[in-house]
Amino acid sequence: MSDVKIKIKDRDGVVHEVDAPTDMNMNIMELVRAYELAPEGTIGVCGGMAMCASCQCYITSEHKLPEMSDDEDAMLAEAFNVEDNSRLGCQIHLSEELEGLELELAPE
Amino acid sequence: MITTDILIIGAGPTGLFTVFEAGLLKLKCHLIDALPQPGGQCSEIYPKKPIYDIPGFPEVLAGTLVDNLMGQIKAFEPGFTLGERADTLEKLEDGTFLVTTNKGTKHKAPIVAIAGGLGSFEPRKPLLDGIGKFEGNGGVAYIIKDPEVYRDKKVLIAGGGDSALDWSIFLADIASEVTLVHRRNEFRGALDSVEKVQSLKDLGKINLITPAEIIGLRGEDTLESVIVRKTGEDEEIVKDVDAFIPLFGLSPKLGPIADWGLEIEKNAIKVNNALDYETNIPGVYAIGDVNTYPGKLKLILCGFHEATLMCQSAYKKIHPDKKYVMKYTTVGGITGFDGSKKEAPKAVVKAIV
Repeated sequence: MSDVKIKIKDRDGVVHEVDAPTDMNMNIMELVRAYELAPEGTIGVCGGMAMCASCQCYITSEHKLPEMSDDEDAMLAEAFNVEDNSRLGCQIHLSEELEGLELELAPE
Repeated sequence: MITTDILIIGAGPTGLFTVFEAGLLKLKCHLIDALPQPGGQCSEIYPKKPIYDIPGFPEVLAGTLVDNLMGQIKAFEPGFTLGERADTLEKLEDGTFLVTTNKGTKHKAPIVAIAGGLGSFEPRKPLLDGIGKFEGNGGVAYIIKDPEVYRDKKVLIAGGGDSALDWSIFLADIASEVTLVHRRNEFRGALDSVEKVQSLKDLGKINLITPAEIIGLRGEDTLESVIVRKTGEDEEIVKDVDAFIPLFGLSPKLGPIADWGLEIEKNAIKVNNALDYETNIPGVYAIGDVNTYPGKLKLILCGFHEATLMCQSAYKKIHPDKKYVMKYTTVGGITGFDGSKKEAPKAVVKAIV
């Protein structure tokens, strides 16, 4: 097992560097909730089914991420404040390839 | 005025199951929900998703779970106030509670059970300058209540899901002009809705602008036009319309419940989990995803358990003088308020000769 470091800028602009476990079947949305970087009820509303966009984030580092599923793509097409680097945190599984990933939580 | 024994705020799985447990104790229930149909998130967000952790169901679709719960509680004749949000809670002099909805419907009960999940579902509003001033009768609506108001009007709908597709199809026959704007060429909806929109587009009955985004609204007090920009193009399309209907889904907000004097922590209501899930207001309980306590898990199955204990406590409050012994449904059966009775068939005693 190993942890990776991930930098997350919260909605107030504060940057947190957190240890993200890669052996617990977790995703970015769950990581943010585990570290309480966004208030409960404002992130992961649908529980991680790519159905609410409350975990939208902007990927600011150059990591190669898994491709978007049709569900994620469709949800982002209906979300607000979407940028080219927008992803749904719940669809990004924590893995060792994410070492050093940097991201920013999209506005609520 | 609607009167009942237990007034349940929220008609999701936890709220629905409360009706069953209350019914076993001969307590009547009435439910209020902001959504037009029962089931909460299960119906609104993920009716087609399978759930695997409902005890006794290896797999059940969220929508089926709601149907099953509705069937299970039918004999207990719950009342429903749907499509209305519970706005205020008042304690009356006789010790009961008065809950009034945003539409003014009044409900009175000695016990209030808040099973509000993540809150009431509100339409997600696009971030456009000055959109607020057109809300109401100014030409912008997030929910279509009466399609007739759009008869012979020019309507622009934005969104890419089922409701955007379905309303575009429906209004194509009523409005003088329907324009559908979506950020992608692809729509996420039932296949036959997508195909129907395609054929209406081919017939010239729906104007489709994709991939494109709404970037502004124009008008003094009432909406005059919507400014649309196609993705990757600089040119702005000014579309003269009478109505703009953004349909970007719903998101839950704790809403007015937050102002009821309840102790709130992390967007949830603090309850006494050592006993009965009562809040800091005696007679008001919070069960299911809306509550919080040490070790809380937001699972449907936990909501069912909380509802069960809460009903026992409510019974003691309503009937302080009665002694009650819990009876298994295998023993006592179920006697509905509708006169129906279900019970285990009696064993046949017959000699074998």
